[in-house]
Amino acid sequence: MTLSSVSDVDATAPKHLADQFSIVGVGETTYSRGGTFRTTRAMATEAISKAMADANMTAEDVDGMLSYSSGDSTFSPFIAGDLGIRLNFYMDVFGGGSSTEALIGIAMGVIEAGMCKTVAIFRSMNGFSQVRIGGTGARSTVPVKGDELHSRAYGWQAAGQMFAPTFMRHMYDYGTTPEQVATVKVTHSQHAARNPKAYYNKPVTVDDVLSSRFIVKPLHLLDCCVETDNANCIIVTKAERARDHRSGPHALIRSVVGRCCKPRIDMHYQHGPISTVAGHYAKEILWPNAGLGPEDVDVTGAYDAFTFTSMLQLEDYGFCKKGEGGQYVSDGTIKLGGKRPNNTSGGHLCEGYTHGINMVIENVRQLRGEIDDACPIGPDGKRQHTHDFSDGGSCRQVKDVEVTANLGWAMPGTGSAMVMVKG
Amino acid sequence: MPGQITADHLGMTLTIDELDHENREYFAYCAKGEFRLQKNPNNGLVRYPPTTRCPWTGDAEAEWVPVEGKGTVYSYNEVHHAIQPAFKAVAPYMLLLVELDTQKGQPSEMEGLRVAGNLVTADGEMAPPELVKRIGIGSRMRMVLKKISDEIALPMWTLDEDAEQPAKPWRYAQE
Repeated sequence: MTLSSVSDVDATAPKHLADQFSIVGVGETTYSRGGTFRTTRAMATEAISKAMADANMTAEDVDGMLSYSSGDSTFSPFIAGDLGIRLNFYMDVFGGGSSTEALIGIAMGVIEAGMCKTVAIFRSMNGFSQVRIGGTGARSTVPVKGDELHSRAYGWQAAGQMFAPTFMRHMYDYGTTPEQVATVKVTHSQHAARNPKAYYNKPVTVDDVLSSRFIVKPLHLLDCCVETDNANCIIVTKAERARDHRSGPHALIRSVVGRCCKPRIDMHYQHGPISTVAGHYAKEILWPNAGLGPEDVDVTGAYDAFTFTSMLQLEDYGFCKKGEGGQYVSDGTIKLGGKRPNNTSGGHLCEGYTHGINMVIENVRQLRGEIDDACPIGPDGKRQHTHDFSDGGSCRQVKDVEVTANLGWAMPGTGSAMVMVKG
Repeated sequence: MPGQITADHLGMTLTIDELDHENREYFAYCAKGEFRLQKNPNNGLVRYPPTTRCPWTGDAEAEWVPVEGKGTVYSYNEVHHAIQPAFKAVAPYMLLLVELDTQKGQPSEMEGLRVAGNLVTADGEMAPPELVKRIGIGSRMRMVLKKISDEIALPMWTLDEDAEQPAKPWRYAQE
């Protein structure tokens, strides 16, 4: 099978920005299903104030804000007002998955342009108790209009329904098996068992996945992520400023790709191979700009809206050969204790669904060595990580993490990615 | 809204604005029983679904040309848990991407006209479960234009009983 040429992609992003920006603060609410019963405004202010505390910053230190939503959140001015932040810059954009990494790139540009100094990026959503991310409820009943007559009129609307032809075709093209793909859920559930914050923290088996009911073939219920209510925040600033506020290792941004697309993104199935996703193109920007490759990465955060999305992205970003994603996710590589663990928090399948930002938070903590598992806290106030990944353990801090990669997914045709390094 | 056309399909409201010329014209041809796509007269390429420009060149000129509604299932999904109320009564149902014989592998090897539609019976009704189990990647299909109103018909797909079918179309491992 031949692919359209990507050799014309010119990765000429200014490399002088590499390692010059830090994610200096991270914060999150609980991950719940109807448990908190709060507005997205209340949740966002909590997540941002926690991220500011993590960054050792006050309201005077934050002067930029970015958020993403699909009309299911609260805009930045209300959040900033609640927190006493006077903004020099803000923007609230339309977007779901893959927005996080793209907005990090935008924040870097805005700071570099001198528009502001420090940007809080947040996503706040009641994905279970208000706007159901699975598309059930009010979203499923609005009239089908214009261009949607080519999709929603056929009952082709929810994310799983829209992506399924890509997933099916991967199985057809490469012989990928349901058991291989189910291993993504099994692995992430084992990771989530070491994450006190995770909504689902009970390990499941391949049989559990394959015997759960079908939602839309090839997706069983347990191939799909959990819909939750939560807010997440990350704070981006120049590395030198970050060091003024926070000691210890930092998560530095090495390379970003934002909302990179396949051809014919109006209906990407017109341009194959449809078993290939946007990472095929994004990797031509991500790795050259990072000055390293997949083999150098210690921990991945491949977006798991579905089991398949992690597998497809790991494959198309080059962590294995094209077509061997099924083997890669099922041979132990992506487990804690394996060569390159993926989504050590349990990800969207188990921790909670936040359109990708919690996977960045997890990797920031991995790079800092500050994973919030149940390991005991020592006399110096730091968690005493055991790095014991045998069955029944509680540690999920990977030892000596130097490089992480986040692979954000919007849909088969659009993705974002980011490499972070410890510095 | 003035000029907006609306129609009812399975209890679901479909609407097209008056100013949405591309979709109005596309579905109006369908309602007349004709499957037509926009063709760029400068390079002869047709495209699906309707767009405002040629996706390969950006040319604005376009003419609606008849296209044969025959092809092969390229990929599919099979919805068991319907989320739209209109579809709950007809689950399991299939969404098929059928690659037309027309312009297959053009203008580059990996391209084709992959036309969406539900699996239906020959008379345009949503397919019963026993028919769903017969269809997979490789099945040969023919188009049925399901008339919804005087202004809208939806392209749908039914098994082409006259065509040579694969011995066993590819289906997901678990039934």
